This record gives sequence, C-alpha cells and structure tokens, in this order.
Amino acid sequence: MSEVVLSVEGVSLSFGGVKALQDVSFDVRSKEVRAIIGPNGAGKSSMLNVLNGVYHPQKGRIRFKDRTFADMDSHEAAALGIARTFQNIALFKGMSVLDNIMTGRNLKMRCNILQQALWLGPAKREELEHRRAVEEIIDFLEIQHIRRTPVGRLPYGLQKRVELGRALAAEPELLLLDEPMAGMNLEEKQDMCRFVLDVNDHFGTTLVLIEHDMGVVMDISDRVVVLDYGRKIADGVPDEIKSDQRVIDAYLGVAH
Amino acid sequence: MAIDIGKLDTFPKLLMHHARERASRPAIREKDLGIWQTRTWHEFAEEVRALACGLGGIGVTRGEHFALVSDNRPRLYAMMYAVQCLGGIPVPLYQDAVATEMAFPIQNAEIRFAFAEDQEQVDKLLEIMPQCPTLKHVVYDDPRGLRHYRQPALASYEDLLAKGRESLRRDPAFLETEIAKGRGSDTAAMLFTSGTTATPKGVALTHHALIDRAKVAAEMEDLGDRDVVLAYLPPAWVGQFIFSLAQPLVTGYCICCPESPETVMTDMREIGPTYYFAPPRVLEALLTQVSIRMEDASRLKRWLYRRFMAVAERAGGAILDGRPVSTLDRLLYFLGDIFIYGPLRNVLGMSRVRVAYTAGEAIGPDLFKFYRSIGINLKQLYGSTETSVFVCIQPDGQVKADTAGPPVPGVELKFTPERELLIRSPGLFKEYYKNPQATSEAKDAEGWFHTGDAGYFDPDGHLKIIDRVKDVGRLADGTLFAPKYLENKLKFFPYIKEAVCFGDGRDRVCAFINMDPDAVGNWAEKRNMPYSGYTDLASRDEVYDLVRDCIERVNRDLATEPEIANSQIHRFLILHKELDADDGELTRTRKVRRRFIGERFDALVAALYAGKDAVHVTAQVKYEDGRTGTFSADLKIRDARTFPPAAARKAA
Repeated sequence: MSEVVLSVEGVSLSFGGVKALQDVSFDVRSKEVRAIIGPNGAGKSSMLNVLNGVYHPQKGRIRFKDRTFADMDSHEAAALGIARTFQNIALFKGMSVLDNIMTGRNLKMRCNILQQALWLGPAKREELEHRRAVEEIIDFLEIQHIRRTPVGRLPYGLQKRVELGRALAAEPELLLLDEPMAGMNLEEKQDMCRFVLDVNDHFGTTLVLIEHDMGVVMDISDRVVVLDYGRKIADGVPDEIKSDQRVIDAYLGVAH
Repeated sequence: MAIDIGKLDTFPKLLMHHARERASRPAIREKDLGIWQTRTWHEFAEEVRALACGLGGIGVTRGEHFALVSDNRPRLYAMMYAVQCLGGIPVPLYQDAVATEMAFPIQNAEIRFAFAEDQEQVDKLLEIMPQCPTLKHVVYDDPRGLRHYRQPALASYEDLLAKGRESLRRDPAFLETEIAKGRGSDTAAMLFTSGTTATPKGVALTHHALIDRAKVAAEMEDLGDRDVVLAYLPPAWVGQFIFSLAQPLVTGYCICCPESPETVMTDMREIGPTYYFAPPRVLEALLTQVSIRMEDASRLKRWLYRRFMAVAERAGGAILDGRPVSTLDRLLYFLGDIFIYGPLRNVLGMSRVRVAYTAGEAIGPDLFKFYRSIGINLKQLYGSTETSVFVCIQPDGQVKADTAGPPVPGVELKFTPERELLIRSPGLFKEYYKNPQATSEAKDAEGWFHTGDAGYFDPDGHLKIIDRVKDVGRLADGTLFAPKYLENKLKFFPYIKEAVCFGDGRDRVCAFINMDPDAVGNWAEKRNMPYSGYTDLASRDEVYDLVRDCIERVNRDLATEPEIANSQIHRFLILHKELDADDGELTRTRKVRRRFIGERFDALVAALYAGKDAVHVTAQVKYEDGRTGTFSADLKIRDARTFPPAAARKAA
C-alpha cells in the first residue's frame, strides 16, 4: 500500500450557525483515486475548498507531504502542487482553449513581464517549453480540433475537458475535481471517466473527486469517503460502501 | 513525372530507390503536438528497414498476412512497408469496425500478427482473440492506457523498432536479401470488400497490378515528387491505399497525415494538397458549410457571392476546359477570382489542388459543376478494389458531370448483352483469398472481370455506369431500363427525397415520388402556402407542378441519351407517406427496396399504368409507439411531358 500524501485530521468548519464540516478525518494515498460522496449539502464542496485553501477551517489540521497546516492558502496550495476544477466551470470564456490551458502554466513561468513583452531569448525559450507542455495536454485530452476556438463557444462537455486540461497544465501532484461529470450525457461521462483514469495512470496524479453518479464513483475510485450533514459516516473501498447501512440510510432516508 | 520502374517491381524496392534518389525530400508528414513533423525518404526508409528486421525477429515470414488497424499515421505506413519488405501481405482493416467485424478477416487469412494504433484497437483485438486462435502478436503504437496490460501477445512499436535497429546493425544483409526476393507477381496487399450483402471477400492485389495502375494514372495527371496529398480516408479503403501507398512510391510525392479526424479541414488548409480525392458526400458537406456561412455574411458579400457565382456557372467550367469564352466573361471571371473564387478555394484548402477526383457513387451535376466553376479541377473516375482503382478517368478538357470518362491506357472494356461491364486490365486482382468459386465467377477464363455494374459508352466514348446489372430491366420495346439511374437523377433535385421507378417488362416508365418535406415545406412557406402536414402538402397541385417540372427536366436529359431515351418518365404520383426503413421500404442504408414497394403499393402501380388520374389508397400505418391505424386518401396521378430523342438533341 502506497504512502499517505494528504491527511485531514479533525477538520471542522462553520459559517455562523451552519456547521458545514464537523470533525472530519480521512487520508489520501499517493496515486489513488479518492472519491468524496454524500447527499446534497453534505459538505463535499466545502471539504474540497478547505483542501485548496479557499475556506479556512476553525479546527483541525491538514498534512500534505509531511508539512502540517492549520489552514491552507490557495496560492500556497497551488505552489505545493494542488490543482482543481470547479463545479460550475471557471474558464476565461473569450479566450481560446490553448490560451486557457496556458494560464494553468502561470506558476511555472519564470520570466518577468519586461522579458516577455520584449520577447527576449529566455522568454522565447520558456514560451516554447510551455507551449509544448500545453500541446501534450491537448493531445492527451484529444481536443486538437478546438485548439483555437474561444471557450465560450464550446459545448459544456468540452468545456469541462478544457478545465481539466488547465488543471493538468500546472502538473499537479494532487488534483481536486469538483463534479467533473455533472450535467453530462452518458457518452461524455464515459469519455471523462477514461480521461480521469488516464490522468491517474499516465501522470501518476493523485485524484480527489466529488461525484454524484454512483455508477461512476464505484467504477473508478479506489476508496470512498461518505459525508452526511458535515460528518463522515463511512470510509472504505467501493464494495464496503455499497453495503454500508448508514450510507444507504443517508441516501434513501430512514423511517423515524 | 512518374519514375521509370525497370527492375523496381515491388514497393519495398521502390521505397529504397526513393531513399537513395530523393533522400532529403519529404516522404511523409504528420501533425503532432500542433506542429507538422516531416520524415524524409531517407529517414522513413531507415525506420522501415529497422522495423522490418524487428518483425523478422518476431517471426513474420514470406506470404504471411498481417492485419493493421489504424488511422492514417506514418507508423501505419512504415508498418505496411516493413511487412512487404519481408514478403508479407498487409491487410488493413477499417478502424471504425466493431470487434466482431474484425474477426472474419483474421480467421479467414489465419492471421498471426496485428498492428493496432491505440488502446481502443488493442481492446478490440484482445476481445476477439478467443475466436481467432491464430492471432498471437499485437504490436501497438500509442502506449497510453496500456501500461497495466499484461497480455503476453502485446508488444510496443518502440520496442520492436529498437530491437530491429539492433539486429539491422548485426546483420544488414538479411534485409537486403529479403527485399531482393520480392517479385512483382507477389501479393502486395489484401483488402476486404465491405460485404454489406454477403460475407466480405479478401481481394488479393499484386505489386505488379498496383504499381502498373498507379503509374499509368500518375503519368496521365503528370504527378511528380512536388505533389502533396492529404491522407484522410480509411487506409483499408482501396482508394486511400492507392493514393497514400502506391502512388507516392511511383512518383515520390509526399503524403500528410492529419492530426485527428476532426481537424481535417484545418489541416488541409495548412498543407494545401495538390492532389485530392473526395467521395461526393464529403464534397456535399463542404458545399453545405460554405452555403451556411454565406447566409450569415454581410449583405455586400452575399451580393458579390451571388453575382460572381452566376459568372462562374456561366464561364468557370469552360475556362477550366479551355473552351472559348467571351472577353467580358473572362474579365468578370478574373475579378471573381480575386474577390470570391480564390478566397473560397483557400477556405476549402484547395488553393493548390491541380487534380481532384471524386468517385464511389453518383455525384449531383450541380455539386460537380460548383467545384469546377470555382476553378478546382474536379474529375470523375471509375474503379473498384478488384481493379486497383483506375479503370476510367476523365482527362483534362473532357470532363462531364455524368460519365466516368474513357478507359485509361491498358484497360479493355466490353459489355455483355445484358449490359454488364467487363474489364480486362493489368490492374486486375489476383484472386479472392481462399474463395476459388467467387474468383472464377468474377474473373472468367479469358481474364475478363465481371463488375456487376451495368452501363454503356456515351457518344464520346465515355463510360457511363447506370445501375447494378441485377436491377436493370428492359421495357416492352427492348429499351434498357435502369431504375437507379433515373431515381438518382430525380434525387439530385432538392425537392425530391426518394423516387421509385417502375418499367421492367412494361411499355413505359412510371414513378412514385417522395417529396422532401424540409425543402418543399420551405418552398411552400416562402409562397405563403398554408398546409397541415406531410400528406396535405404532398397532395397540393402546386407541389405536383413543382415535381413535374423536375421530372420533365430529367426527361429532357434522357432524350439526349439514345440508349435510354425511351425510358423517360410518363406518369407519376407523389406518395402520401415518407418511405421508411421501419416499414421495410428502405434498407438501413436508405436504399429503396423497389420490389417490396411495388408489391405493397400494387394498387397504385396498377392505377399508374391503367391511365387513371386519381387513386384511392387505404393503408395500414404503424406509429412510433407500435400502435397501428388506417389511413385513406385520394392520390392524384399526373402525366409528365416526354421528349422525342431527335428533337431534344437539336434543342440541346
């Protein structure tokens, strides 16, 4: 079993009186596909937002690669190799696919604005290097045909793929996917599943994903965390989760 | 100019010849990571040599069949050449075929080795392995997604190449001997016919046949090593095989592989091919795109487009053919070329096209003339897998919308009394693999290939294919009756979606027409004609007049063709319903099932021939939810004007 890269220890988060997360602990092992599931309002997106520093928990700790944080800062998270995609796509609609993915390389650019503006030697070399990395992602995600298309003109399924591309451009060690398959049809979901698995396999990226489609979750994830009303109610491999009574109750409701 | 073949009687020998003669010229290009990557003839031949040694190492032997499932990629072609170097026979398969369809060729040819482009194709091959016990080795190109595959049959292209380089260094003589052993009479490739009706047949083609035909056509069009081709159709199809494997080797031209099937349009613009092939459906899709974009253009541009396309229609074809054109038209066409035709050719990626072919199915005359009128030298040809493609080609200056041109040098053609076309040509296939019965049925003792196509020569000696021989009948007076030919002519009109012609054994031809609800509906709307639905619209007198006009234009056309002038359409009716595959009236590929329709609507056929001007129809209709209901209506029957053969000729 591979080493733990990320562990969440007793994290609690509340907004005023709303307790979004209560004492949640779980870990993510290197190169695994880890799913977070739960009914609406269970705290899944909050959990993801805590992981990449958008929200700051009141209690608990996060350990990432042997460093402990009381809370993360989103710049810090990105610099440490955590990238994410969003539930409701957050791309630059007027920019081309190529440029959007290029923005994912932002943190890797070393040249200053003057060098870039004057197109000096180092800036040129750097640009070439980044362009190559971006082209590899375009090839990987099979979106060559929309390279020059403004993102706003693309159908939803392709925009999701571009967003995944931008997250990959940062060459993350840990990739957080917030409902990567929401609103997709069956074929798009199958494509996306394949890309997610390929990312995991090809780049060795560790993946944490939130997903509603149980078929997808049970198919592609190695281990699953189940949240309900901000608490963790189950944690284990898909087969255990499927037969867990508390999970079934959380999804189907219980007679009172 | 095509090169002198001399002793270079196989593809591997030709490849090595180019590697020496034009070592640094481009042989094959591929767009990868957004950049066109070029391999020169020298580099490409080196890769093939190493690969061939690698294949020798895993046991590929002479006469061995080797399956390949891949899109157009340099590595696919390298693989095919490498197989041929060892005297093996490449068997390219359609890359979009489902796994079960791939099983037959592999079982039939007892194939042991296969090449797969990526995970998708590898999965298909692994799936059919249990049914294909002979299949033992699968070489794959793109390793993505295959890292955890542990099947012993799998080997990567990279590994094979590396091992091949190693053994080439140890024993360079091995390959030279193997290549030298090749003979022109050896089978160079086996291509499976699509086989929609029966099991597919493996057509074995020799080096000699392919090289001969490729060379004759290349000489006719003056193709040389400066030409460029975009390889974008399935490599398993004989046309692509000729254009991207046989002809580059007799001329030394460069083939380009697009980045992905979706990027063909952009890639074509970037590459600017000089030699181009497209089946009519591709040309039609391109024209539709142009029309749609034109409708969104500004008023000025639309006006320019309309005015100059009228000039092009009048003068474009004639200028291309070198026929006399008035000075004013020439001047207008020159301006049109600056404002419209040139930019349009550029958008289509056809700015540099010298020779373009279309074939495969009948092409609408308007579509055909559109491309010629904007200065693209689009021509038709006739051929099939069994004939190494080139049987007839329209030479420059003798291009017509409705023929396939005269036979190319070396080809003999004749017709049986039933009008079946027989071909004798150096390009004929060797045999249907392991199917001597089919071979002897198709190729008789004197070497004539029975095409199954019916046709005749027009007055200028051009071949005209009208139908499949089994569908051709005769009218009572003995005139040839080719229903599909008539139906195709009718279907070229946008208002007619389907047509069914009757006439075999009768005194004249009558037709059922299915109007196109979109086109006719649109037409009706523009005239403020209210209608309640399909049946209502189809029974309008105005629509009948519209259709009659189309039929009369077809009749006028037919009158100019002495062989079939008497098969003009005398009477017609517009059907009350759309012909539908669910009702068994069309096949799944949307071909009309004439006999079935004739039986189902026998009362209508009888009324057409009885000379009535209306017929009552009651029909069972099946709704989409499975319920059935009955429907009744009176269908009108109308006469169409026919033209005496001689008068029409004078008028034309």
